Amino acid sequence: MPTLTYLQAIGRGLWEEMERDPAVVMLGEDIGVYGGAFKVTEGFLSHFGPERVLDTPISENAIVGAAIGMSYLGLRPVAEFQFIDFIACAFNQITNFVAKSHYRWGAPVPLVLRGPCGGGVHGGPFHSQNPEMYFVHTPGLKVVCPAGAADAKGLIKAAIRDPNPVLFFEHKFLYRRIKEEVPDGDVVVPLGQAAVKREGKHLTMVTYAAMLYTCLEAAEKLSQQDGLECEVIDLRTLLPLDKETILGSLKRTNKLLVVHEDTRTGGLAGEIAAVIMEEAFEELDAPVMRVTSLDTPVPYSPPLEEYFLPNAEKVMKAARDLARY
Amino acid sequence: MELTKQQHLELYYWMQLNRKLEDLLTNLFRQNKIVGGLYSSLGQEAISVATTYALEKRDWIAPMIRNLGAVLVKGYQPRDLIMQYTAKAGSPTGGKDGTAHFGDLKQKRVISPISMLGDLIPVMTGIGLGARYLGREEVALTWIGEGGSSTGVFHEGLNFAAVRKAPLVLVLENNLWAYSTPIYLQTAAKHFADRAKGYGIPGVIVDGNDVLEVYRVTQEAVARARRGDGPTLIEAKTFRRKGHAQHDPAKYVPQWMLKEWEAKDPILRYEKHLTEKKLWTEKGKQEILARIDTELKQELAAAEASPLPQPEVAAQGVYCDGCHEIRAEWKRSPDEVKPPRNIPSKWFKGRDPALAVAAIPPVAKPEKETVMVGANPRREKKQRKQTKQERQRK
Ligand SMILES: Cc1ncc(C[n+]2csc(CCOP(=O)(O)OP(=O)(O)O)c2C)c(N)n1
Repeated sequence: MPTLTYLQAIGRGLWEEMERDPAVVMLGEDIGVYGGAFKVTEGFLSHFGPERVLDTPISENAIVGAAIGMSYLGLRPVAEFQFIDFIACAFNQITNFVAKSHYRWGAPVPLVLRGPCGGGVHGGPFHSQNPEMYFVHTPGLKVVCPAGAADAKGLIKAAIRDPNPVLFFEHKFLYRRIKEEVPDGDVVVPLGQAAVKREGKHLTMVTYAAMLYTCLEAAEKLSQQDGLECEVIDLRTLLPLDKETILGSLKRTNKLLVVHEDTRTGGLAGEIAAVIMEEAFEELDAPVMRVTSLDTPVPYSPPLEEYFLPNAEKVMKAARDLARY
Repeated sequence: MELTKQQHLELYYWMQLNRKLEDLLTNLFRQNKIVGGLYSSLGQEAISVATTYALEKRDWIAPMIRNLGAVLVKGYQPRDLIMQYTAKAGSPTGGKDGTAHFGDLKQKRVISPISMLGDLIPVMTGIGLGARYLGREEVALTWIGEGGSSTGVFHEGLNFAAVRKAPLVLVLENNLWAYSTPIYLQTAAKHFADRAKGYGIPGVIVDGNDVLEVYRVTQEAVARARRGDGPTLIEAKTFRRKGHAQHDPAKYVPQWMLKEWEAKDPILRYEKHLTEKKLWTEKGKQEILARIDTELKQELAAAEASPLPQPEVAAQGVYCDGCHEIRAEWKRSPDEVKPPRNIPSKWFKGRDPALAVAAIPPVAKPEKETVMVGANPRREKKQRKQTKQERQRK
């Protein structure tokens, strides 16, 4: 099994899908000659040719719009946002055109919209955001936030093959920091399935994307320092949400902490807490708790951003409070 | 292409069907049978009908809310529109959406609009580019109001279409009013068609109340798009003779303007033409009108027979769970786009040579200067000429 970075794994997944199916085409800003701002699509243009790798003008609405039109013809367009922050420019196309198409008139939109999200790299307010919840709140979309390299490869394949529109948020902090063995060949990780990344009996941490590693670090330290065994669940797909895996774990641990890098109010933690109240209230030995970023824009200066983001200490503190409850 | 006598009469039939169907819908509105608003295209029928009539069956349209005539020409029945407006189970969207918000990817090749103006332009650009990629010489046509042309997505879509020479025809219906807003608050340009220059594409102005002229310029634009020469912006000058929708008495429209445009009614004008050119007889005309009358009675009955949807349908269809087949229909061999690529690409015709160079594997510099695959020979020639001139100057 080759060892790949998270970034390489995504690139490999895209490459294999392009090889497999000539209906897969790509469009985005600077993805061709330059290979993408983060080089995810490096080498694609010369291998697959300019008919399949389209450098576009700086027009997020045109990128998504054209991808919609192509997908209506049965093509499988994959559109890149240079930074996921610019997805805001195409908000209307995504939430109104894409998401409602199948419901309104039975026209599936099998496209993938992908791009780098997330903070921790001092990108400031416009190059660090986690806008997933705007779209988790939009019926008709699927939202994927991979954390592992192997998962990222398998999930991008599933996203491309899905008959529905999939938003694929790649955490840029992980691009070159995460390296793992990635199975060769056509391994598809199904959408809508969470994965237990560490087993434990005292409490459950539910998380996704870069916060998986924060939680794993916290869980390891808690185990060593406090003998507290935390189960860590990586959601992988936010929409549709894998409630079964969350509820199954809660049944074993009876305590739940949700950790996300997205801001607090209206974040996924609130939704998960509500699901648990409705479906597993009896299982709870303590209130559902959450560790999230602050309800502010993502600040630029390193000390500000560090203060803003969750980290292992904050997670450990919350986990201890929860364990003690 | 000259229209036959029969085709002349077909154009008349579609325009009248468009108008009479809207009269019928207006009656239903007065009887409180329409769910929501009702929009009229009175005085603009020539544009919807003639632009769609200039297309082939394989071509694609995306109607706006006033393009009733277009979906009729494309093969929808009046009952479909009546059921859409009355929110019936039998409507093309099964009651999920109303008005002209429906479409059909498989047979009729109609893309459903959304309410947000302008969004169809990049979508239809994608249809055109996708069809070309699949080796299909199909044209995508859509409409936009002069008000809707002020959106950002109008610019993004048309610019991208122009850059990629997408087979797109964009018909801008300038009916002088966007809800209550007159054109001088919409643009500082003299004509909306002037914008085409900024995109490097042809901008054509046509009298939108002259059905034959609209047909002629659309045909030219369609031929151009099909040839691979890229999009055309057609500005059809016309007038909105009703309010924005039924609820709007349009008091902001001056009376003299209304009078002036009533006199330019596209159907009356075309009737006069047909009579002058002896393309029909009074009897022929009456036959068409009687046919429409009978048809609409049957269509209304069929639409009224449809029940309202079952409430629980509301919860269905958010996702495609395999209910629709997704398959690209290739009209060329997909091998042409699979690596290794050794077949010149049609898609890339006429684009930036620098990109084409980067896109093909590096090759040794030939003795004699040759044109790279996919490069624009004319541009290269011009560049060579320029460098030669520069050399001479030195
Ligand atoms: C992006 C957007 N903003 C606002 C509206 C609300 N709206 C619907 S129709 C309309 C006027 C449209 O005028 P125009 O494009 O000239 O078309 P016309 O109604 O004259 O056919 C407005 C403002 C909308 N549908 N979409």
